[in-house]
Amino acid sequence: MAGIRLREASIIPGFRLTFGFTLLYLSLIVLIPIVGLYIKTFELDWDRFVRIVTGPRFMAALQLSFGASLFAALFNVVIGVMIAWVLVRYRFYGRRILDAIVDLPFALPTAVAGIALTALYVPAGWFGQLFSPLGITIAYTPVGIWIALVFIGLPFVVRTVQPVLEDFNREVEEAAATLGATRRTTILRVVLPPLIPAILTGFALAFARAVGEYGSVIFIAGNIPRQTEILPLLIVFRLEERDYAAAAAIAAVMLTLSFVILLLINLLQVWSYRRFGHG
Amino acid sequence: MVETTMANDNIAARKAAPSPVTETRPVRVLLITLTIVALLLFLLAPLLAVFAQAFSMGIGPMLATFQDPDAIAAIKLTLLVAAIAVPCNLVFGVAAAWCIAKFRFPGRAMLISLIDLPFSVSPVVAGLVYVLLLGPFTPIGAWFLQDFGVRIIFAVPGVVLATIFVTFPFIARELIPLMQDQGTGDEEAALSLGASGWQTFFYVTLPNVKWALLYGVLLCNARAMGEFGAVAVISGKLRGETVTMPLQIELYYQEFRALAQVSAFTMAAVLACLALVTLLIKTWLEWRYADQLAATRSGH
Repeated sequence: MAGIRLREASIIPGFRLTFGFTLLYLSLIVLIPIVGLYIKTFELDWDRFVRIVTGPRFMAALQLSFGASLFAALFNVVIGVMIAWVLVRYRFYGRRILDAIVDLPFALPTAVAGIALTALYVPAGWFGQLFSPLGITIAYTPVGIWIALVFIGLPFVVRTVQPVLEDFNREVEEAAATLGATRRTTILRVVLPPLIPAILTGFALAFARAVGEYGSVIFIAGNIPRQTEILPLLIVFRLEERDYAAAAAIAAVMLTLSFVILLLINLLQVWSYRRFGHG
Repeated sequence: MVETTMANDNIAARKAAPSPVTETRPVRVLLITLTIVALLLFLLAPLLAVFAQAFSMGIGPMLATFQDPDAIAAIKLTLLVAAIAVPCNLVFGVAAAWCIAKFRFPGRAMLISLIDLPFSVSPVVAGLVYVLLLGPFTPIGAWFLQDFGVRIIFAVPGVVLATIFVTFPFIARELIPLMQDQGTGDEEAALSLGASGWQTFFYVTLPNVKWALLYGVLLCNARAMGEFGAVAVISGKLRGETVTMPLQIELYYQEFRALAQVSAFTMAAVLACLALVTLLIKTWLEWRYADQLAATRSGH
C-alpha cells in the first residue's frame, strides 16, 4: 500500500478484516439507528417539536427523571465510597460475600428487580409496613423511583472507586501521619483528592444509567402522569399511540441531554485528574 | 528503676493510641456495620423478596407456571435470543479488540468511545431506534415485509436486534484493556516462527484471553436473557410468540390474580437463579484468574 498509511506498520495480519468488520457492525447496529432517530425528529416542524418538548407532561417527566437520577447518584456516591472503603481497607468475616453481592444489580434482570422492590415497599410489604404507620408511602411515589435508581446505580460507584483505592500507596498516608496530620486531615487532604476522578466516573455512570432506566422503575413508580411518570415511559406511551415522531423527539432530547451531561462530567474528570493527579 | 517505669508507660501509651494510618476500632466497626446494613437493605432484600413471593402459596402453584404454554414459549424464546445475540457480539468483540489492541491508528480512542455508546442509551430508546428504522411503516420494513414476507419489528428478529444492541459492548470492553496490556510480542514471535494469522490467533492470542472472554460472555448472556426495556418496546408483546421471560413476568404481574402473581415471581426466581449462577462463576473467575482478567474493571 503506497501513499498515505493510516496506521503504523505492523507484521500482524488482519487489520483490514477486523477493522472493516468492526466498523460495519458498529454502523449497522448502533450508529445508523441512532442517526435515524435524529432524522425522524427532523420530520417534525419546529412548532410541533417545541410543543412536545415544552408540554407540561414532558417537563414533569423530564424533571422527575433527571432529578431522581441526580439524587440517587449522589446518594450512591456517599454509600458507594463507604462500601468500597470498607471492602478494600478492612478484613472481616464475610467480606468476600459482600463483595460479590455488590454486583447483584448488574446480574439481576431489571424487571425482576422492579417487581421485587415493589413487593418490598408496598404498604403491606416487608419494608412498606414499617413506613405506613408513619404515614409514609414509598411504592408508587417518587421515593420509590429513587429507591429503584439507588439499587441499579450502586455497583457503578463501588466498582470504579474500588480499584483506585486498592492501588493507593499507603506510604503516602504514613508520611502524612509522620508529619503530624490527624487521621481526619489525612483522609480529607491526602486520600480523598486522588479518588475524585474515580468518584466522578462512578457518579456519571450511575447517573447515565438511572436516567435511561426503565424495567426496575416502572413497576414501583405507579406511573401517574405529571407525578411519577419517567421519560422513558413517556416514549413508550407515544409509541403505543403510534405517534412515532413525538416518541423520536422525546428520545432525541433525552439522548442529547445524556450525551451533554456525560461530556461535561468527562471534562470535569479531565480537569480533576490534572488538578488532583492520582495516588 | 524510674527509667524502666517511664519506658513501660510509653509502650502502654503507644498501644492505647490509635494507629495513625487506620481508623479507630469504633469507627471501623461502625463503617463495617453500615456497609452490611446498606447491602442487605438495598441489594439483598429484593433478591430474598423474589423467592419469598414465589414460595408464598407453596410449591404447587409454582410448578403450575411451567405447565403454561406461554411460559414455556417465553423460556424457549429467551434461550433462542441469547443463543443468537451472544455469539454475534462475541465475534464482534474479538474483532474489535484485535484491531484496537494490536494496531495503532488514528481514531482509536474515538472507536472505543463509540463501542461504549450503547451503555449510555436508554433501553427504551434502543428499542425505539429500531422501530423507527425497520418498522412496517418504514421503507426498509415495508421492503422486507413485501419481498420476503419477513416482519422485523413486533417479531422475533426485532427482539434479537434489540438484545444485540443492549449487550453490544460487554465482550469488547472486557477484551480491549487486557489485549492492550498484553501487547503484540507473543503474536510477533508466533508469526516470525512461521505461524499463519489464524494459527497465531487460535494458538497464541485466544489462550491468553480465554478467561476474560468467558467473563465477557457471562455478563453478555446475563444481560441478554434479562433485557426488558428494549425488548418491551420492539416485541409488540404477542403472547407465546414474541414474549421473552422478562416480558412474561410483566404480563403475569399485571394480571393481579393471586396465581398469576405467583407465576410472575416464579419466573422472576428462575431469572434470579441465573443471576446468582452468573455471580458465582464471575466471583470464582475473579478469585482464580484475577491476573488474567483485565486489570481495570469498572462495572457493567
